[in-house]
Amino acid sequence: MSKEVKHYLGDKDVQVILGTLLRVGVLVSTAVVILGGIIFLFSHKGQAVSFETFKPEEARFSSIAEILKGLRTFDGLAIVQFGVLLLIFTPIARIVFSIFSFLMEKDYMYVLIGTLVLVIIIASLYLDIAH
Amino acid sequence: MYAIFAGMTVLLFTLIVLVGAFLAGLLGSLTGLGGGVIIIPLLNLGLGVDIHYAIGASIISVIATSSGSAAAYVKEGITNVRIGMFLEIATTASAIVGVIIATYIKADYIIVIFGLILLFSAVMMLRKKVDHSNNEQTSILANYFKLNGSYPTEDGVKQYAVHRVVGGFAMMFVAGTLSGLLGIGSGALKVIGMDNIMRIPFKVSTTTSNFMIGVTAAASALVYLHKGQIDPMIAMPVTIGVITGATLGAKILIKTKTDKLKVVFAIVVTFLALQMIYNGLSGKA
Repeated sequence: MSKEVKHYLGDKDVQVILGTLLRVGVLVSTAVVILGGIIFLFSHKGQAVSFETFKPEEARFSSIAEILKGLRTFDGLAIVQFGVLLLIFTPIARIVFSIFSFLMEKDYMYVLIGTLVLVIIIASLYLDIAH
Repeated sequence: MYAIFAGMTVLLFTLIVLVGAFLAGLLGSLTGLGGGVIIIPLLNLGLGVDIHYAIGASIISVIATSSGSAAAYVKEGITNVRIGMFLEIATTASAIVGVIIATYIKADYIIVIFGLILLFSAVMMLRKKVDHSNNEQTSILANYFKLNGSYPTEDGVKQYAVHRVVGGFAMMFVAGTLSGLLGIGSGALKVIGMDNIMRIPFKVSTTTSNFMIGVTAAASALVYLHKGQIDPMIAMPVTIGVITGATLGAKILIKTKTDKLKVVFAIVVTFLALQMIYNGLSGKA
């Protein structure tokens, strides 16, 4: 009984840091998306859009490498996509953080479970599916 | 596909999606339905955007809503990180399976499945939730994986035990597959898994399911990015709109009852679902 109560109290500091991490992640990624959006709209606002058919071969910034490359030329859409990437990595950062907190609690079973989840997510990065 | 926005300029498209995504985020957080299930009909039915792009934009809105509301929830200290992590093994692996399935089946079928899930979510939204939680520690697996926990109430710290771990894990596998296939959070299915099967108290299941939704969506989002389904031109207004809408919704939710809104919204969602099922079946999509 007393062990579980202690476990809850110990988790509390961790949860406060987690909350901050999530808020900062969402705020920063939104700011980056807005910045990229403004740069893009400034030069392309009158351009016509067409999304009626899916054209994967025309996709730009569809990998981390392309996004980072586009950032160097200050491309508006690359900056938007970088913001999106930051947003995707926010919950992943939460996993990494949780693994560390389990490590500090010496709960090795959950260090392993968390690492497994992380490995599955990272594996998805290398999954090459034909379009 | 009807080309409603043929020749529409980038600026007009951005503004329309921005307003739509704001409403999606607002209604999604007020009704608990999430952003994804609204973004997809908005883009696909409303603006004639191809379902592949709609799904890519939706998965981003799912992460935005999840992380935004999780930041508000975790401060209360009731997310069970162990339950979340344990079940994420099922949801992340199956999300990737879902994305792979999406690559091999016709877009029309994806639209029909989406319509069916939308109908199911509308029913789940209106159903009265019953808390089945108790503290009878009967599950061997729950003890082994240290899933039982406690949460603060007005009468002090309350203990709870987790039940039927295998059933819950299997349900999460279904939820994850649909999340990857359709680009949604699968909140309604996660609730069944946690509340009804595993008998986790609401206060814990709501926040823990939200934690899982973000992580699961991150796994499928990376695959969708590589498949070229996340277009920055659509993602830009969707991200900004959903985050601002969901943040406002979370603030309103604290002081307002949403029962009537849920009924009205369920009717709207039902029509959208039927329209999507019809489009998918008649090959119009």
